[in-house]
Amino acid sequence: MGYQLSFTQIWANFDKLSGGLLLSLELALISIAIGALIGLVLAIWYVSAGRIGRTLISAYVEFIRNVPLLLLVYLVFYGLPTAVNIAYSAPVSFVATLSLYAGAYLVEVFRSGLDAVPKGLMDAGKAMGLTPWQRLIYVRLPTMTRITLPALSNTFISLFKDTSIASVIAVPELTYGAQWINNKTFRIVEVYAVTTVLYVVTGYVILFGLRLLERRFRVER
Amino acid sequence: MSATSLLQIDKLNKSFGENQVLTSVDLNVVAGEVVTIIGPSGSGKTTLLRCVNFLETYDGGSIQIDGREVGFTDSVSRKRRGEADLAGMRAETGMVFQSFNLFPHLTAEQNIMLGLRRVRKKPHKEAREIAQHWLARVGLDHKADSLPSELSGGQQQRVGIARAVAMDPKVLLLDEITSALDPELVNEVLDVVRQLAVEGMTMLVVTHEIAFARDASHRIVFMADGSGRE
Repeated sequence: MGYQLSFTQIWANFDKLSGGLLLSLELALISIAIGALIGLVLAIWYVSAGRIGRTLISAYVEFIRNVPLLLLVYLVFYGLPTAVNIAYSAPVSFVATLSLYAGAYLVEVFRSGLDAVPKGLMDAGKAMGLTPWQRLIYVRLPTMTRITLPALSNTFISLFKDTSIASVIAVPELTYGAQWINNKTFRIVEVYAVTTVLYVVTGYVILFGLRLLERRFRVER
Repeated sequence: MSATSLLQIDKLNKSFGENQVLTSVDLNVVAGEVVTIIGPSGSGKTTLLRCVNFLETYDGGSIQIDGREVGFTDSVSRKRRGEADLAGMRAETGMVFQSFNLFPHLTAEQNIMLGLRRVRKKPHKEAREIAQHWLARVGLDHKADSLPSELSGGQQQRVGIARAVAMDPKVLLLDEITSALDPELVNEVLDVVRQLAVEGMTMLVVTHEIAFARDASHRIVFMADGSGRE
């Protein structure tokens, strides 16, 4: 048991972790925003689409959900540029991948939320003479948002943690920063302990914020 | 068949699959009249009401409000109206639901304002004044900023009525509006309806409140097995 804990070199290189954490948050935020847009548009399309539309959307969702995220990251970063001869940076590639990934999960979340809007509310919207678009904007989406918030919170936290996978294509986010310090200092216990704490605390803060939002917007019935 | 009928239903047929719900129903309501429909559950009362604002389509016959066919461009070709057109027709009627169906994310006042703003295209200020007027009329001016979840069932239903009448509909459709209420809350809702009746609002009412049907309505239609009898 000769291992002596020493955090000195962790603190000396802490900018790799703090900068990494910021980048992780940035990657998560952009991907969630794009993914939510994809999810919302496809979910709205799905509930009004015919067979062909639904099949296409289901194919996208099932494909993404059945391929490991790590493999998707490789496919988009190494596979796609080689196949179609385009180039993009690792962070852009990762954001694209995570957005597609988030989109697939969020389609499902939004779709079930749209289905869960009570039929009576839609009837009330119809009865007062709202057009289908107005019913969507003023009745269905606001009600759906409130119904889906708890599920959304969980998805957001997962996506934040999934940014760690960007380390495999050398995007200098939090996990990559941890690996970098470990390679340089061999302080494997310390660096991963500190990194874990950073993930847990950040994840908890995000969750806490989202729970506040949920409480503010809860649909009482 | 009086020519002055505001609402004219002729030989209305409607079935859900094998199940014939309405069989050749005829009903005329003149302006200012309150007609109550009673009858056992499953006799098609609610379905009839929901056909009048085309929440349900109908298979045969005709429904006209002020001389215009409701769900179809005309009763002969039976070509379904486009969505915008349909929305415009539905705005001619107001509906109050058994389960209130207030929008849970909007306050009482906003619930009433939504249709005024988006369907009637009233400016915000005017819509707000109309909403406040009707909230006062149903005795809830002090609850304008309350969410539905903060109101009792009776209060929610009064907002539901205010939301419907604020749109100044030609016909008001009331679908078992007291059935989901605790007995002690029924009267505060029926009082509002009685007052509207006195003021000449045309109403088609489905209810189990026999006493109300007897003393507040001009005519009672008894429905059984999908057809009506007066």
